[in-house]
Amino acid sequence: MAMIQKKLREKTKELLAKKEVDLVIGFSDWTLPLRTTPIFIRTPEGAEHLVWNSFCENNLAAYLHKFSRLKVGVVVKGCDARSVVALNLEKRFPNHPPLLIGVVCQRLVDRKKVKKAVKGEILQAVEQGDLLLVKGENFEVSLKRDDFLYPSCQSCTHRTPHQAHILIGDPVEEVSLVETHPEVGEFERKSPEERWDFFEKETSRCLRCYACREACPMCYCGECFVDSSRPKWIEKSLSPSDLAFYHIVRAYHQTGRCSGCGACERACPMDIRLTYLTQKLNQEVKDLYGFETGIQPEAAPPLSTFDPEDQQGFIK
Amino acid sequence: MEKDWQPKILAFLCNWCSYAGADLAGTSRVQYSPNIRVIRVPCSGRINPLFILKALQSGVDGVLVSGCHPGDCHYLSGNYAGRRKSATLKRFLEFLGIEQGRVQFSWVSAAEGGKFSQVVDEVTRDIKRLGPLKKFKKSS
Repeated sequence: MAMIQKKLREKTKELLAKKEVDLVIGFSDWTLPLRTTPIFIRTPEGAEHLVWNSFCENNLAAYLHKFSRLKVGVVVKGCDARSVVALNLEKRFPNHPPLLIGVVCQRLVDRKKVKKAVKGEILQAVEQGDLLLVKGENFEVSLKRDDFLYPSCQSCTHRTPHQAHILIGDPVEEVSLVETHPEVGEFERKSPEERWDFFEKETSRCLRCYACREACPMCYCGECFVDSSRPKWIEKSLSPSDLAFYHIVRAYHQTGRCSGCGACERACPMDIRLTYLTQKLNQEVKDLYGFETGIQPEAAPPLSTFDPEDQQGFIK
Repeated sequence: MEKDWQPKILAFLCNWCSYAGADLAGTSRVQYSPNIRVIRVPCSGRINPLFILKALQSGVDGVLVSGCHPGDCHYLSGNYAGRRKSATLKRFLEFLGIEQGRVQFSWVSAAEGGKFSQVVDEVTRDIKRLGPLKKFKKSS
């Protein structure tokens, strides 16, 4: 991982020195352990602040919308690269398509799981190979990294960003550590009543801070349906029905667009489970139309095209 | 459930086929269940999934979306585009636990007054069997 970080800094320095890009978006250390923060680098010297570790959890493609006039280089994992491809299909980069600095992802560590595993406040966390050394005021433990991965990372089969212009790290064999979409399977085994109860119970914790929307690269509408007052699709209330409405539509708007990076769920301050919704929609789109987000750079997004032979058994 | 409960069903009918089909059913004096409220839309491709969700939230017990048969769309491909939205939305709502049959889709042409009455009767029967929609409905 240290090698990757070194190469990442070198490449970024070179790109900025040669003025191939105006800006590089990457990850940097932050004041809190187990976390990184997005950093926006404009000078070759700034490249020294870049880091690469298992806590680089943001999907940096979400920031590309703010810099449409610049030539931007962006550090991407496999999932983030797929988001950029999907955005490109939606013609989000008419001036300068971003330069993708792809890093082969080692799967990310879930900071909330780590916090639960130790007693007391974590003051420092360092990665050493497969181990995670966690230090607090009166404890020091070493944890096995692979036991603390994000669910979306465990089932990831797109760790290598093949679409990237610059690839850092060696491509890996793409295997899922668990069955694909375990959360969808688990949810589907329940009865319809239990499913609705679970969904409503989860969403009823929502504060409507819209962090899930802001963290997502695909949520870039000038006016989101929740903010629209004419027509007013949804009340500004915290009633379970309105919260369910928001979460149904937020997920549904991702149909055929979600790369499954899990940034929405990580951004949620209330730990609401969100990824099983978009995973289900991804599965449907794959079943019905054979489409996977960000894999085929030329294929039209599934809901903006059609095939006269599409399945229609459900229509009377 | 109240004994004399009658479902409220919202029907989105496309202007060119299903609405004319409903008209034909009317002028031909075909009897069908009086539970539907019709909203005329230019095309079944005009249906935004938000319409369906908003309707369910606002108190209807079921939704019917009806448009031209494939290949007959007045705008050539509106119903094909609508079909993909319908398929994904229907599957997603059922995944979340909204009963199968709350949201239904049909193709009814302007010449199919008989089919229109049959579709409405079937949808009404299905929704009567499901009872009033409790999940998701906004209590006012």
